[in-house]
Amino acid sequence: MGGEVRQLLEQIHRFSRRCLFRVLSMGPLPTHLAFIMDGNRRYAKKRGLEDGSGHKAGFSTLMSMLQYCYELGIKYVTIYAFSIDNFRRKPEEVQSLMDLMLEKIKSLLDKESIVHEYGIRVYFIGNLGLLNDQVRAAAEEVMKATAKNSRVVLLVCVAYNSTDEIVQAVKRSCVDKADRDTERIQLVDIEENMQMSVAPEPDILIRSSGETRLSNFLLWQTGNSQLFSLDALWPEIGLRHLVWAILNFQRSHSYLEKRKKQL
Amino acid sequence: MDSNEPMLLLSSRIGQIGDLGLDLLWRFLHIVVSLFHIVSGIFEAIQSYAISLGLIQKYSSVDIEKLRCLAVVLDIEVARDVAKVVELLQWLKTIGVKQVGLFDSQGLLKKSKDMILEMVPGSTLLQETGEKDISPDRKEGIAIEFISSSDNKEAVVKAANILLKRHLKTSHPEKDEGNNVFTESHLNEALRVVGENVHVPDLMLVYGPVRSHLGFPAWRLRYTEIVHMGSLKYMRYGSLLKAIHKFTGVRQNYGV
Repeated sequence: MGGEVRQLLEQIHRFSRRCLFRVLSMGPLPTHLAFIMDGNRRYAKKRGLEDGSGHKAGFSTLMSMLQYCYELGIKYVTIYAFSIDNFRRKPEEVQSLMDLMLEKIKSLLDKESIVHEYGIRVYFIGNLGLLNDQVRAAAEEVMKATAKNSRVVLLVCVAYNSTDEIVQAVKRSCVDKADRDTERIQLVDIEENMQMSVAPEPDILIRSSGETRLSNFLLWQTGNSQLFSLDALWPEIGLRHLVWAILNFQRSHSYLEKRKKQL
Repeated sequence: MDSNEPMLLLSSRIGQIGDLGLDLLWRFLHIVVSLFHIVSGIFEAIQSYAISLGLIQKYSSVDIEKLRCLAVVLDIEVARDVAKVVELLQWLKTIGVKQVGLFDSQGLLKKSKDMILEMVPGSTLLQETGEKDISPDRKEGIAIEFISSSDNKEAVVKAANILLKRHLKTSHPEKDEGNNVFTESHLNEALRVVGENVHVPDLMLVYGPVRSHLGFPAWRLRYTEIVHMGSLKYMRYGSLLKAIHKFTGVRQNYGV
């Protein structure tokens, strides 16, 4: 009985969400949304939970947000899963994060996972050489398995830093030029070699937990992006926050388009 | 065949009415959002006037030492209003800010640099190396840096070409993977050689319609707190003080 009621409520929720998304799509919608998923540890502390459960709650919020984005028709979603700076955390915490990531990356390969439901192509962006062999291998397997998907794209930034991405792009451009004995690097060489070049620039970047900085995330790509800093901690983020960001994006859309044309 | 036509017409009409209904709902949602912005704008304005009048204790003193480098990002339209920019700089000087980088993507402020420096008493051009000038007359003044988009991606390209030359000088560039030439500190140094200030601003104030860094040099943005101040035309001293005060209360753990 309880299960049936829950199912019914879920159906109603899904239907109302579809109606809301129909209304939202009367205005311009972003093509690419980026999230900084901040606040998992604070959430666990606030709720008096044990250390790892904040990240688990955060993962479940991530799955919901991805579902909403893809239902709305947003083609690219980028998430800041793990920064190179995060390696400096306590070793036990880093290890538990790596274990969680390995578990969740492997689960993306399941038949029932969101990847298959929405035909998601997954990219792992970052200095993957810094990850342990198991996580790196799992990430590469997911990238290979989803390479043929083309409906929507998920970019997971792990062991990532914008400054590292820029340096790696400069390095690849230089090594390339050295091979071919050509003289100068142009901007287009660096742009092509940026790992994030597989997606267009983000339209919206949302950071949870009220912090107003970018913490070395997508600094190169966000010149024309609207930045949102939401007070809620990441596990508390929900549909209302996404709708709020999109409504505000729609208000600024013509200004941002004008700016892009000027450049 | 004939009976299909009225059905098609009917369904097309229903579709049109449906779209109109959705459009109205969409506009209604936006009206609600606009109302929210208007009301919160009014509250902010009231608070700002209270702060300027010194009515709120909390903001009467600001630990300005924490703010070593401030960046102000100005939308192109806003940057044309040099008088307002000068007024803002005078306010910043009153609050005690020692170093400010003014950014607008097209470099309009760079062109008016001499006029601005003349109109803000006690201002000096920040040396490109970003080195602190410790001469006594600098203590009271404000050092201003003028930044534009050419200091962003184009500067990285110039720095990359310096690193390329260094890489080509190694004995076997085709075989060398470049680990000795291509690190963050090398790129940082190459940017300095190209004449860029690589100091990271602690706080960035955005004056424009949207909260966006508008293409400020990416290399310098890592841990900068970004605050949207609204339009320069209607800027308020109280809001400025509040933003700087709030910044001094922020604790960063830098990812750890």
